[in-house]
Amino acid sequence: MHETTFQIFINALLANNFVLAMFLGLCPFLGVSGKLDTAFPMGVATTFVMLVASLCAYGLNLLLTAFHLEFLRLISYIVIIASSVQLVEMVLKKYSPALFRALGIYLPLITTNCAVLGVALFQTAREYDFIQSMTFSFGGGAGFTLALVLMASVRERLQLSDVPGLAQGTALSLMLAGILSLSFMGFAGLGG
Amino acid sequence: MTTVATAKNWDEFMEGIWKQNPVFVMILGMCPTLAVTVSAVNALSMGVATAFVLVASCGLVSMMRNITPKEVRIAVYIVIIATFVTAVDYAIQAISLALYDALGAFIQLIVVNCIILGRAEAHAAKNPPLPAMINAAGMGVGFTIGLLALGVVREILGAGTLFGVSLFGAHFQPWVIMVLPPGGFFVLGSWLLLFSWHARRKQAREVPQNA
Repeated sequence: MHETTFQIFINALLANNFVLAMFLGLCPFLGVSGKLDTAFPMGVATTFVMLVASLCAYGLNLLLTAFHLEFLRLISYIVIIASSVQLVEMVLKKYSPALFRALGIYLPLITTNCAVLGVALFQTAREYDFIQSMTFSFGGGAGFTLALVLMASVRERLQLSDVPGLAQGTALSLMLAGILSLSFMGFAGLGG
Repeated sequence: MTTVATAKNWDEFMEGIWKQNPVFVMILGMCPTLAVTVSAVNALSMGVATAFVLVASCGLVSMMRNITPKEVRIAVYIVIIATFVTAVDYAIQAISLALYDALGAFIQLIVVNCIILGRAEAHAAKNPPLPAMINAAGMGVGFTIGLLALGVVREILGAGTLFGVSLFGAHFQPWVIMVLPPGGFFVLGSWLLLFSWHARRKQAREVPQNA
């Protein structure tokens, strides 16, 4: 099972899209995808947290393996993610207060986004090396952003159309996500 | 006195199963809900694992509610939850390796299941251990029922089996899309449609009676 770096990227971005094929990060996907203005910054912020978390998780995993402390993996990963979200929050607040205010409450919620923990867990399970880990987390983050933006644009359109009252709300969003997921299945096999 | 207490506990328990069902009413914990429900067995074991973590961590959070500083409470909850999840992870690996492979990373992802953190923050942190655990047990059972409702439908339609037993014989043409990712979205969407249709009918029936 030797994947090239490019294949890892394409797989994480399209064929095994985090949201639509692996069901990771569904809460923000259904929650934040109402408007395009919030969906895109949210995707970018999540991608950034993913990169930081993936970097830290890679280093930490080396340390844990060296000391034979693998059973602490989950606990330490979650602490790392929580701290990197905090870090991103502080950096953004200092250097880009406008973006910080735009993201608001969504920023701390990235901690409980399973896509972020998923990246850390999958890269460990698949024994990716450093470059592969970074590619994987970047591809995954870009895929998450793509799914969020697609969903938000479709939902903005749907607000103008006449759907049965019964289907309004979450049921409609889920059906939409199903159709998006169906179309993403067309990418299957693209990454070899 | 005892009957009053029992009745209250019963209400506490039933709340999670029906009125505030985490899957169908509160739409929480979506990721495991959709990812592991390709078969009824997977759905059931995921539900039981989550329920165990939920009850155990809510009990502990509730016991520690008076000594947990307010500022770091979320971090404390997360560490408590992660500890129980690690235990469950190793337990499942020891009991059935096949199941462990089928559920994959989603056992460890129980940590970030919003139901657990939500219950810890909204209920367990404010109530004594017994009611907190009863409430958590209700939520856990409700979550398991929700997972089963999805798992059963997806397995019957997508593989023609239920708990691994073939239902329709050899000539059944499985509806493969149902066990693939899109099927999860479609089945959950259909359940929600069914529930809102039911709610609307109930409302329509009640109005003439009151008038």
